[in-house]
Amino acid sequence: MSGDDLGILGVLREPVRRVLYDYVAAQGRDVSRDEAAEAAGVQRTLAAFHLDKLVEAGLLDQAFRRLSGRTGPGSGRPAKVYRRSAAEHQVSLPPRDYRTLALVLAEAVEALGGEEAAEAAARRAGERVSAPGLREALTERGYEPYDDDGRIRLRNCPFHVLAEERPVLVCAMNLALCQGLLSALPGDRHTARMDPRPGECCVTFSKTNED
Amino acid sequence: MHLAQLNVAHMRAPKDSPELADFVAGLEPLNDLAEADPGFVWRLKGGEGPTDTVSHRYGDLLLINFSVWASRDALWNYVYRSVHLDMLRRRREWFVRVAEPYSVMWWIPEGHVPTLEEGMARLERLRAGGPGPDAFTFADFRDPAPAPAGRPA
Repeated sequence: MSGDDLGILGVLREPVRRVLYDYVAAQGRDVSRDEAAEAAGVQRTLAAFHLDKLVEAGLLDQAFRRLSGRTGPGSGRPAKVYRRSAAEHQVSLPPRDYRTLALVLAEAVEALGGEEAAEAAARRAGERVSAPGLREALTERGYEPYDDDGRIRLRNCPFHVLAEERPVLVCAMNLALCQGLLSALPGDRHTARMDPRPGECCVTFSKTNED
Repeated sequence: MHLAQLNVAHMRAPKDSPELADFVAGLEPLNDLAEADPGFVWRLKGGEGPTDTVSHRYGDLLLINFSVWASRDALWNYVYRSVHLDMLRRRREWFVRVAEPYSVMWWIPEGHVPTLEEGMARLERLRAGGPGPDAFTFADFRDPAPAPAGRPA
């Protein structure tokens, strides 16, 4: 826990704010005030007030965009748009710090050339999942799954800091973990593969071809 | 400034052997992806063939990649946020694990085309003296030195 994370997260206690935050976070793109207000079922001015509170707290980022593709003179003032901030907030009471230890262990695994053993351990961790289905298992673990052209993509990397520090090791472990999840869900017909894109998790799921 | 990067890999078997076949099959899509990237500037080619690799005098089983990029993020996204990551994940199938640094980066003036000797010297510098402004890695990344100001032309 760093700075006033508890105070920042307290901003989400307000129910309308929470709905607005969840909606903007789930879109993975810029969201206008009108769109957010409509999704939350509140007046535009009330939505604007709460969205700005979320920006103030650093939970959302704001930008100005011309909407609906209009450009040039007469296209009007650019509108305010919002998206989830990349800043991380953690609260643990009593204080815990698993991140530092994970980074140290990851460095040790690479120094020892223990990647295969780490991937096998990650696979076993995935196999221990109990969830009604793949989407539920992924949501529970913070991956934020969404559909994209017949595939399941993952908007969030739950291991972001580690994956930035040791991408090859951590992303390989993540793939193994996802493959473990699948083998714990025998009715599921997906295959996990590594298909990274900037800003998202490195794994995608596609439907297994049935013969 | 542009970012130059060189990396070497010790192949487990000759490039035309069955052990390396999957790797060689992946070369063309990887090179196409790099060259289509807006942040890609240059790479040292071994020839015009899609699977040609750099020829050199540093040993038969040593594979060398040498390229120049517009920014750290452009190179990072190519290396770790594209299909290239899956090749890295499988690297032990094709390459021997080495304890010493196998990858180096450094800043070059835009328009400069670095030589292989220059690149190998940077890798040597990293291996001998550790990371510094003239030879570094993603883990010890260095920003380019600010351009000298007020110097007469």
